[in-house]
Amino acid sequence: MLYFTRWRALGIILTALIVCLCAVPNFFPEAQVKTWPAWAQRRLVLGLDLQGGSYLLLEVDSNYVKKERLDQVRDDVRRTLRDAKIGFTGGVTVRNDAAEVRITKETDVQPALAKLRELSQPLGGLMGSSGQRDLEVTDAGGGVIRLSIPQAAMLDRMRKTIEQSIQIVERRVNELGTVEPVIQRQGNDRILVQVPGLQDPTRLKELLGKTAKMEFRMVDTSVPPDQAQQGRLPPESDLLMSASPPPTPYVVKKQVLVAGGDLTDAQASFDQRTGEPVVSFKFNTSGARKFSQATQENVGLPFAIVLDNKVISAPVIREPITGGQGQISGNFTVQSANDLAILLRAGALPAPLTVVEERTVGPGLGQDSIEKGELAAYVGSILVIIFMLVTYRLFGVFANIAVAINVAMIFGLLSLLNATLTLPGIAGIVLTVGIAVDSNVLIYERIREELRGGRNAISAIDAGFKRALATILDSNITTFIAAAVLFYIGTGPVRGFAVTLGIGIITTVFTAFTLTRLIVAGWVRWKRPQSVPI
Amino acid sequence: MNHTVLIGLGVLIAILTVVAALGLLPSLRIVPDNTHFDFTRFRRISFPISAALSIVAITLFFTHGLNLGIDFKGGTLLEVRAKSGAADIAAMRTTLDGLRLGEVQLQQFGGPENVLIRVAEQPGGDTAQQAAVQKVRTALGDSIEYRRVEVLGPRVAGELLAYGMLGLMLAIVAILIYLWFRFEWQFALGAMIANVHDIVLTIGFMSISQVDFDLTSIAALLTILGYSLNDTVVIYDRIREMLRRYKKMPMPQLLNESINSTLSRSIITHVTVTLALLALLLFGGHAIHSFTAVMMFGVVLVGTYTSIFIAAPILIYLGVGEHREDAPDTATPAKKNKA
Repeated sequence: MLYFTRWRALGIILTALIVCLCAVPNFFPEAQVKTWPAWAQRRLVLGLDLQGGSYLLLEVDSNYVKKERLDQVRDDVRRTLRDAKIGFTGGVTVRNDAAEVRITKETDVQPALAKLRELSQPLGGLMGSSGQRDLEVTDAGGGVIRLSIPQAAMLDRMRKTIEQSIQIVERRVNELGTVEPVIQRQGNDRILVQVPGLQDPTRLKELLGKTAKMEFRMVDTSVPPDQAQQGRLPPESDLLMSASPPPTPYVVKKQVLVAGGDLTDAQASFDQRTGEPVVSFKFNTSGARKFSQATQENVGLPFAIVLDNKVISAPVIREPITGGQGQISGNFTVQSANDLAILLRAGALPAPLTVVEERTVGPGLGQDSIEKGELAAYVGSILVIIFMLVTYRLFGVFANIAVAINVAMIFGLLSLLNATLTLPGIAGIVLTVGIAVDSNVLIYERIREELRGGRNAISAIDAGFKRALATILDSNITTFIAAAVLFYIGTGPVRGFAVTLGIGIITTVFTAFTLTRLIVAGWVRWKRPQSVPI
Repeated sequence: MNHTVLIGLGVLIAILTVVAALGLLPSLRIVPDNTHFDFTRFRRISFPISAALSIVAITLFFTHGLNLGIDFKGGTLLEVRAKSGAADIAAMRTTLDGLRLGEVQLQQFGGPENVLIRVAEQPGGDTAQQAAVQKVRTALGDSIEYRRVEVLGPRVAGELLAYGMLGLMLAIVAILIYLWFRFEWQFALGAMIANVHDIVLTIGFMSISQVDFDLTSIAALLTILGYSLNDTVVIYDRIREMLRRYKKMPMPQLLNESINSTLSRSIITHVTVTLALLALLLFGGHAIHSFTAVMMFGVVLVGTYTSIFIAAPILIYLGVGEHREDAPDTATPAKKNKA
């Protein structure tokens, strides 16, 4: 137990040294570290609870995604049956996860089934070979055909929706000019957004809370809005309210002339005549063509600029707009014009997002937490160090050296993993000091016992290590299991605690098995002690 | 002030280190060598006490309940600080009551300028919580610094609670399997009983003290679990060793010997952990205050007691060591039987 070959001793020291050196970048300012080679740039990341910032958990509305898909199916069914000249009664109904249609003539059911089955596409992607399809078309009996969305197709759709949403969210967050935001998918229907340094997430939430579905549609002048409100709404039109107060109703045709997807750019600017904030935009080629054609056909009529089913403004087309650009004015402030421009540039979200969890820490509290955590860590370590010196004297010095290296190695490993340091994480390090000391205590107490049992100094030390190490391994693995579970279930600060606790256990076992032994072995070789001052 | 204290302590350490290295310090024995306390006899007292305390804890849990924090209950929490002078709680209360957001609690903490505001979960799902926090921010305005804002919708809160509980169970089962694998099943069962005892008593403590039960509490519980097991495993390791070495020693005596020979280690380790926790409790700030308080109770009070007075003596009832002469060594793992 006390014999090390030269190479082994060297290997142990080198390993410890390299791991400790990994912590070095943390002691230099970030800007300076940025100039170092990439492999040397790994460093600890402060958690949001320490550096301040906002954490938002957004949820994609899966019901909306499903409903939108079913509405699309409904339109497809209508069109397909009309094209095939198959009569159906009562329209296409959407209810309970499925669209249903009643075919009028019994003899038409089979041809209708065949036609509607053509709507069903194989699921794409890597799973394409599984034979799954995105629609299930079944004969529900009594002339009713049922089109439902299978589970796999729904999951596939959600996955794509999340991916698209993340891109849009990224673009919108980046527009805020924040530093290193983190945007990740979480689970099947959630997106996590972390923005370090953001103190007030109100604007961020406003930006992310809007779907930003932009549409240019014609105003339906056949019915005055007040009559439409009383229920005389034409089937091809919607009743929409104005975006800015007071709420004014508009009757707007369902048909979309040009959609937001055809925009290539949007900028906030000022109207040259009135000086009001406006948003000027540019269409791509196809958008420009559609817009120019629509404006040519409808000179003198009002059209509506609709954002998320609210009318921003409804100007009258004075002359055809052929240049593919225009501007929107609608009681904007500078800020709201800016926000709309951001939203239009970033594009529309495929489905609305809801904030389901929000945690914001101001920079003041973060700084306080760092200071308090540091102070507690220093005081805790110092108390433990003094206690060990008083209890074990020379061996206390060995233990303290081992613990100091241990803590340095924890920081090294945390930096190597680019781990996040949180306040509970600091608590985890302080507790690790307690555990690390325990491994020494186990060894030393065992040596004392072996000495009492009548062994000589060297044999007692040897036996002490041998017997204590098995115990150290057993007891640390149990704590490690707890830390691993904590890592798995925890988020944010709690996960930070699990990481430091887990890494602390690994370094503790490493130090106990190698460094502490090496130090004591070195002392034994040097002193050839007759008694152990323990 | 803090820096001078730290420098002073550093110098003290340096001096102590030199003195210790030179062998000039007197030897300190916190626990005398060769203690012979009859720990197992206490089982006739400790088991009923533990049973009674567990019943009290469970009763408390069902009558008082836990003070569910925002993580598990949902709602809004704001930690604010007046930008100058003391915070005017009365005025803030009037302002917030005017918003009609249901139950709103205001609480001063750590100085007259700090206020903790809790707004109960709003009916109407996730968007309603968001609307509520927006109202509060607008009403309180810019005269205060928002140090921490947490808003949790009801579903996420429910999920976090379910996840936390699941994690706790998962940890117990995982550790149980490990111990079963490393020791014999009686040891695993004994450790598990000790484990559940720890958690039940700690939950009782949380119920009495009404500290916030949130995600960090789950972290504290899991750490307590880890530490307590750490202790238990050290004693079990010794019991296993003694079982191999002394085939004829009566179980109560063997257990006593095992506990006594590891007693010094148990106490020294607990002193060090207590020192570390004390530092966190006194200087770590209020963000981790309840976390360390719970841990202090669980690790220092319950954990140690459990390992010595419950985990070890319970092995007698579980039939450990009854058939040693009939089946020598075959039931023990292959590793580590050189003694």
